[in-house]
Amino acid sequence: MSAPIQKSGAKTRAETQVVTANRLDDGVVVYLDPKGGWTPRLDHAAPLSGPAALAAGLDAGKRAEAQQIVVESYAIDVAREPAGLRPLRLREQIRAFGPTILPDPSAAAGA
Amino acid sequence: MYRYDEFDHGFVKARTAQFRDQVERRLSGELTEEQFKPLRLMNGVYLQLHAYMLRVSVPYGTLSSPQMRMLAHIARTYDRGYGHFTTRQNIQFNWPALKDIPAILDDLASVEMHALQSSGNCIRNVTADHFAGAAADEVADPRPYAEILRQWSSVHPEFSYLPRKFKLALIGADEDRAAIQFHDIGLQLKRDATGALGFTVYVGGGQGRTPMIAHKVRDFLPEQDLLAYVEAIMRVYNLNGRRDNKYKARIKILVHETGAEEITRQIEAEFQEVLKTDILRLPDEEIRRIAAYFAPPALPERPARSSALEAARADSRDFADFVDRNVTPHKTAGYGLVTISLKPVGGIPGDATDAQMEAVADLAERYSQSEIRVSHEQNLVLPHVALDDLPALYAGLREAGLADGNAGLVTDIICCPGLDYCALANARSIPVAQDLSRRFGAPERQKEIGELKIKISGCINACGHHHAGHIGLLGVDRKGEEVYQITLGGSGDENAAVGALIGPGFSIADVGGAVETVVDTYLKLREGPQESFLAAVRRVGQKPFKEALYGAA
Repeated sequence: MSAPIQKSGAKTRAETQVVTANRLDDGVVVYLDPKGGWTPRLDHAAPLSGPAALAAGLDAGKRAEAQQIVVESYAIDVAREPAGLRPLRLREQIRAFGPTILPDPSAAAGA
Repeated sequence: MYRYDEFDHGFVKARTAQFRDQVERRLSGELTEEQFKPLRLMNGVYLQLHAYMLRVSVPYGTLSSPQMRMLAHIARTYDRGYGHFTTRQNIQFNWPALKDIPAILDDLASVEMHALQSSGNCIRNVTADHFAGAAADEVADPRPYAEILRQWSSVHPEFSYLPRKFKLALIGADEDRAAIQFHDIGLQLKRDATGALGFTVYVGGGQGRTPMIAHKVRDFLPEQDLLAYVEAIMRVYNLNGRRDNKYKARIKILVHETGAEEITRQIEAEFQEVLKTDILRLPDEEIRRIAAYFAPPALPERPARSSALEAARADSRDFADFVDRNVTPHKTAGYGLVTISLKPVGGIPGDATDAQMEAVADLAERYSQSEIRVSHEQNLVLPHVALDDLPALYAGLREAGLADGNAGLVTDIICCPGLDYCALANARSIPVAQDLSRRFGAPERQKEIGELKIKISGCINACGHHHAGHIGLLGVDRKGEEVYQITLGGSGDENAAVGALIGPGFSIADVGGAVETVVDTYLKLREGPQESFLAAVRRVGQKPFKEALYGAA
C-alpha cells in the first residue's frame, strides 16, 4: 500500500526528501541524483535523510540554477516504498508520474 | 479576416527576433531566471508543472484553415500531438521546449499569429462572440472593433504595466455568447434610433476570488468614440487601481470600492479630457477600412430549406440530434453555423489532436470559406456551412472523432487544465470533467436533461468559469485532500449571475455523485422539459437541492 497523500501545510517533514527542479532548456521535471547530476526519473533520485544531507542537496540545486542547468529547485517529501520513491504531495506525484489523464486515442478515432 | 500589413509583419517579426535573442541569452546564462521571467511572460511562455507552456493568441477567436494547420504542425513537431483551446479563445501547448519556442514563434508569424500579450499585466487577447459575422440575430459584426482595439492596445506604452491583467470582450447581438458582463470591459454593439452604430459599455466584471457582474456605464457610445472612451476607462484604472495587493488590483475592485456612480463620473470626466485632442476619435473611413477585412463572404444563393438535409435527418437519428444541438441559424438563408464539440464523452474539454486540427482545417476549407472560430466554451465553430453540405460535413467530423452532438448539453463542460498541468491549481479538474461526462454521456439522458452548463475550476482563479456555471465546481485543497465546492445558478449570458455556494464540498470520489443528485433533483421538480435547469434553480432556489445533498435541516 502506498503512503497516504501528505497534508498541505504539514509542519513536520518526512524522513526522506529529494531535490527537484525543471530543466532549463526544455522544462522537463528533474531530480538531483546521487552523483550530483539531474535525472528525469524519480527512482534514480538521491534520497536525502537528515538536515545536513538536505542542506547539501538544496545547495546543489542552487548551484545548478546558477550554472543554467535547472530552474526553481526545491525539496519535496517522499516515502521509500518497495516500488521505489513516491512523493507524498499529490502535486509532486503528478509532476513525477505525469497528468492523471491523458488524451484517449480512441476518442480521436471516433470510436 | 484581418490580414497583416507591412507594419504588422515587421512588428511581429521584430518581436520574434527579440525573443530569440532573449532565449539565447537565458540559455547562455547572460540572463538570470529572475530577469528572464517577465520577458518570457510577455511572449506567452509560462513554466508549468511538467514543462514550459506556450499560450498563443487567437484574436477574437477567428482562425483560417492555414492558421489551424500551423497549430497542428506545432502540436506535432514541437509538442505531444495535441493542443488545448482555452476559455479566452486561445490555444495552449503544454510541452514545448524553451529552446524551440523561437522557432514556434517564427512558424506562427508566417501565418500572421503570435503569443504577445497572452500573459502579463497588460490588455490581453480581445475576445468576441464566436458566431460574430454570421449569426442570424446579429445587429452588426463586432470583430472590426475588436481588431481596432487589438491594434490600439498592442504594446500600448501607457497600458503595458497595469495594476493587473485586463480583459475586453465584444458582442454584436442581444444574446451574450461572450460573457461580456464577466469582463473588465464588456461592449455590446447596437444601433440607436437613427440606425447609427455604437456600444453599450460595461465595466468592472470578473471572476477569480471576487466574482462580480460588470456595471453599465454607458447605454450608447457612438462607434467613433470607442477608443477615446476605452482609453478614458484605462486611465482611470491605471491611475487609481490598487497596486499594493494583487488580489485587489483588478478594475472590478476599484469599481466596487469607488462605487458605480462615482467611477462613471470619473470615466466621463476623463473621456472629455481625451476628446480635447481628437486624436483618438475614430475616422469613419478607418472603421470602414478595417470592417472591409471582415466583409461577409460571397455565399452562393441556396434555398432556405435543404432537401438533402431533411433526407439525411430522416435517415439518421444521430445526425438529426447533431443538427438540433450543434447547428445555429445563419444570417444568410440556406446556411448554418456548425459547432464542433471538443467534448467527446470521457474526453478532455478543449483538447484537440494535431490530426483533428488538420481535419477541421480541411473541412473548413471545403465547407466554410476556410473560416474557423474558437469559442470561449472551448469548442470550435465553422461559421458558414451550406445546409446542403451538412450531411457530408457530419461524415467528415465523424471520421475525425468530432461529431458529438452535445453543444450546450450537460457534457459540454468547460474545464481548466487544473492540477494535472497548472502550477497555480490546487485540485484536478480534468478527471472530474471526464467522470461527469461519462455519468451523463448516454444521448437519451443528455437530451432529457436539456441545456445545462457545468463549469469546473481547479483553483480560485476561476479559469474554468465556475462562477458562471449553471452548476459550478471549484476544486480546493483541504489539508492535502482535493475538495470540490458546488455552486448553483451562475450564468454568463445576458442575464449574468454569479452562482451561489450550496454547502460543504465533496471529495473527488463523491463529487460526481453529488452533481448527479443535483441533476436528478432538477428532473423531479421541473415544471416540464421546457423549464431549463437554470430557470428551475431561479424559481425554486437552493433549498430542494440542499436537502437532496445534505438532508433536511
